[in-house]
Amino acid sequence: MSRIAPSRFLLAVWAAIVFVWIVAPIVVVTIVSFTSAGSFVFPPPGWSLQWYENFFQNAKWYNAFLNSLQTATIVMVLATVLGTIAALGLHRSKSRRLVAGIQSIILLPTVVPAVVAGIGMYSMFLQWRISGTVLGFVLAHVVLVLPFVVISVTSSLQSLDRSLEQAAASCGAPPVTTFMLVTLRIILPGVATGALLAFLGSFNETLVSIFLASPLQTTLPVQMYSSVARDSDPTIAAASALASGVTVALFLAVIAVRITRSKKNAV
Amino acid sequence: MTLTADVDGRHSSDARPNGEGESSSRPKHRRRLPSDWLWLALPALAMITVLFAWPTFEALRRGFTDFQAPQVGGFDNFTWFLGESVNVTILVRTLVTGVAITIGCLLIAYPYAYLITVAKPMWRTVLLGVVLVQFCSSPVALTFAWVILLQDNGPVDQLGRSLGLEQLQLSGSVPGATIAMIQAMLPFMVLPLYATMSRIDMSLVRAAHTLGARPAVAFLKVYFPLSIPGVLAGSLLVFVISLGFYVTPDLLGSPNQVLLSQFLYTQISTLLSWGRGGAIAAVMIVATAVLLLAGRRFVGPAITSLGTDSRES
Amino acid sequence: MRSETHSGAGVALDLVGLSKNYGKNGVVKSVDLSIKPGEFVTLLGPSGSGKTTTLSMIAGFTPATAGEILLGGESISSRPPHRRNIGVVFQNYALFPHMTASENIAFPLKRRKMTRAQIKEKVGLALDLVHLREFGDRYPKQLSGGQQQRVALARAVVFDPPILLMDEPLGALDKKLRDSLQGEIRRIHRELGVTIMLVTHDQEEALTLSDRIAVFNEGRIEQCDTGETLYRRPASRFVANFLGESNIFTGPAEDIGNEAVVAIGDSRVRVERTDAPIGVSASFLLRPEVCRVGASNCTNASDGCSLPGVVADLVYLGATRRLEIDVPGHGRITVREPAVTGDQLRRGDDVTISWDFGAATLLPDAQSSAERELATPALT
Repeated sequence: MSRIAPSRFLLAVWAAIVFVWIVAPIVVVTIVSFTSAGSFVFPPPGWSLQWYENFFQNAKWYNAFLNSLQTATIVMVLATVLGTIAALGLHRSKSRRLVAGIQSIILLPTVVPAVVAGIGMYSMFLQWRISGTVLGFVLAHVVLVLPFVVISVTSSLQSLDRSLEQAAASCGAPPVTTFMLVTLRIILPGVATGALLAFLGSFNETLVSIFLASPLQTTLPVQMYSSVARDSDPTIAAASALASGVTVALFLAVIAVRITRSKKNAV
Repeated sequence: MTLTADVDGRHSSDARPNGEGESSSRPKHRRRLPSDWLWLALPALAMITVLFAWPTFEALRRGFTDFQAPQVGGFDNFTWFLGESVNVTILVRTLVTGVAITIGCLLIAYPYAYLITVAKPMWRTVLLGVVLVQFCSSPVALTFAWVILLQDNGPVDQLGRSLGLEQLQLSGSVPGATIAMIQAMLPFMVLPLYATMSRIDMSLVRAAHTLGARPAVAFLKVYFPLSIPGVLAGSLLVFVISLGFYVTPDLLGSPNQVLLSQFLYTQISTLLSWGRGGAIAAVMIVATAVLLLAGRRFVGPAITSLGTDSRES
Repeated sequence: MRSETHSGAGVALDLVGLSKNYGKNGVVKSVDLSIKPGEFVTLLGPSGSGKTTTLSMIAGFTPATAGEILLGGESISSRPPHRRNIGVVFQNYALFPHMTASENIAFPLKRRKMTRAQIKEKVGLALDLVHLREFGDRYPKQLSGGQQQRVALARAVVFDPPILLMDEPLGALDKKLRDSLQGEIRRIHRELGVTIMLVTHDQEEALTLSDRIAVFNEGRIEQCDTGETLYRRPASRFVANFLGESNIFTGPAEDIGNEAVVAIGDSRVRVERTDAPIGVSASFLLRPEVCRVGASNCTNASDGCSLPGVVADLVYLGATRRLEIDVPGHGRITVREPAVTGDQLRRGDDVTISWDFGAATLLPDAQSSAERELATPALT
């Protein structure tokens, strides 16, 4: 932007406003999380770490947090593996119509209204007696984040040049070796992004988890949800700040890795 | 021309294959059988079918099979839902809110997305990144933040009063929930818009200028029409998703003016009326399906745009 | 990879009845070709003529519908590409972006289980061969187009393949780079003695680099010969038109022993007989540079090797001049000759075009080999 035309200036102002608007809630919550008061009054009258202490000491919060971490990790591994191989299969396949059909099914979770999905899974998981169990959460979350993994890996695959794999073959690499040494390395950004989306998607998944949660087994978002509805103590603020912190931290980590890698090579 | 004429021949530079790939090769010549690859998608497909599609279908089915008095059979759940004016009010309110959210998102996101396309790479990453972070964030955290902001005597209220407005009762009201939902849906509007806008050839706009069009006219007659696929894709996505949004309306909305998702939740979770819930769900699915089918040309690119842009940041 | 010259380092390549169909669409139609060890053969032809598909089948990326591929006498048709031991250079280089130049070049050697010392030595030699010794640690992104292609070349030859395939390797480069890399390829060919098959649509490249050129048209080889033979004695109109500029005349013909006499307008032209059959009519080719143009009624012309014409256009190109001349009974032809200062011609002048008897080439009347009843002499 060498000349700043008035329209360009207004646009920048608008973008700044929107940016602030997007970021404001998290900033506000983080500020409130340090309040010394027992309510959400803003701005806070004083500062304290008590709500964070409460978060880590209170069993229901802490357990929910651990559950979320554990579930998200398992979901990340499972969804990334399944989603990556699915994306590969769809990308390489010749039958265009079958591919389109299967893709539509795999992308269903993104377009079906969340609450409908919630009651559906709740009903089934109740019957199968896995509602309220780790297995139930894992299965539900995997299904919900799979489309994002597939989308992410697919977009990476589309930029993969076929001739690279042919080149590897002409150099004497059998198909498996080509996949491990060439294909996988090149689609790694897409896989990494997919993994990130899978982890965060599970960690922050709220609606379906509300249905599936039981007093014994709950996740952090569900705990947060009940807290907002019922309590008025600012531990929820600490929880929100932590959840957002995890999200932002992971995001920045992936971006940082990407930037350092792209500095030296084209991937 | 490259050697990308592979087993499938789809990208062959020298040939225009008629059918779906070659049919008469001896198996010995092939490195891999085409149908083999598709099997890789089977686990994912199976999971989604068994754990998502089927349960959803089952929930809908119960709209036709579960009844509690006074509904007894057939389409009774549906006539109950669409017949009682109370229910219809909820439906209409939800649709209106959805439209409001969509329009709000569009107005806010359009200039923002445009700026992303013209910004320098570093700024682009920042602007896009913050949208993506929100995309992955916890809806509860976001809603809670708005609870704080919109509470009585909270920052927004204070701001309103300093501007001379009387007390804004935003927390616990539908407009308040709408504002929060607009923010929640923003990524779903920004990403498809950005995907379309980044593909618009700016030399077309410059050509319009050389032909004598004022910037405003060039925008209206050249740029905007070209951005319409993105507008439609984003709008469709936002509207469809806002129908099913539960957390925000529940925490920020009004118990007296519920939206469809809250109503559905109550039927299932509190009242255990699977039949009625099924009917409501069926109506939501039908509405969603109709919209998606109508805009299917845009929906596909919209959803895949979510993947492309997370790659770029 | 040896740096001394070796003839016989390459092996022979034979294609026997090689075909590729997509459904009913025949992209490569029963191609026969024999390449001698160490020979440099170019597959030349327009887009869609089947040359890239042929190369792809030899490399193993595309399965053949029918036919055999013999490398050094052994059939490799059923082998997957990673077991064919053939070096391939791609148009877009296909360098692995996540590996350095050295790692790219080492890649095929690692597949062959060499020791680290051996690999290091060979990679060094390969980098030397393409004059990129100091660039080994760079990533492809940090190299220019020409450098990337040289690395690709090095990677394709480092494992001493008996044959090298190149698919339009210089297509993505600008003219200057193309010329310099062409020189590199020629040099590498001489130094290594490896058999090379190159695919291109650029006739100049084909003529510069190859021992022989196989001209492809619609899935078949029209003619496979040295550049000079293709240029002077094209076997079909397609070849005549594809290589260089051509003026092709057609008219009623008479067969007189070892000559044919073709009537063009009111003139009778004598043409030396070739294998081409003569029917009721015949065609012959005159390259623009074999014609001489003089004022009308010039008596230099030997009988039967001249035609009258009217100058339609005249372009001075420095060392040469190009004339467009309308010939009655035929149409417009192009003539190129050294610019002669004494000879002032203008548009509208009547002229006589003349040539040496052997400079006119008889062509088969049909457009291409596909239409001829005689088999294409594509084997060496």
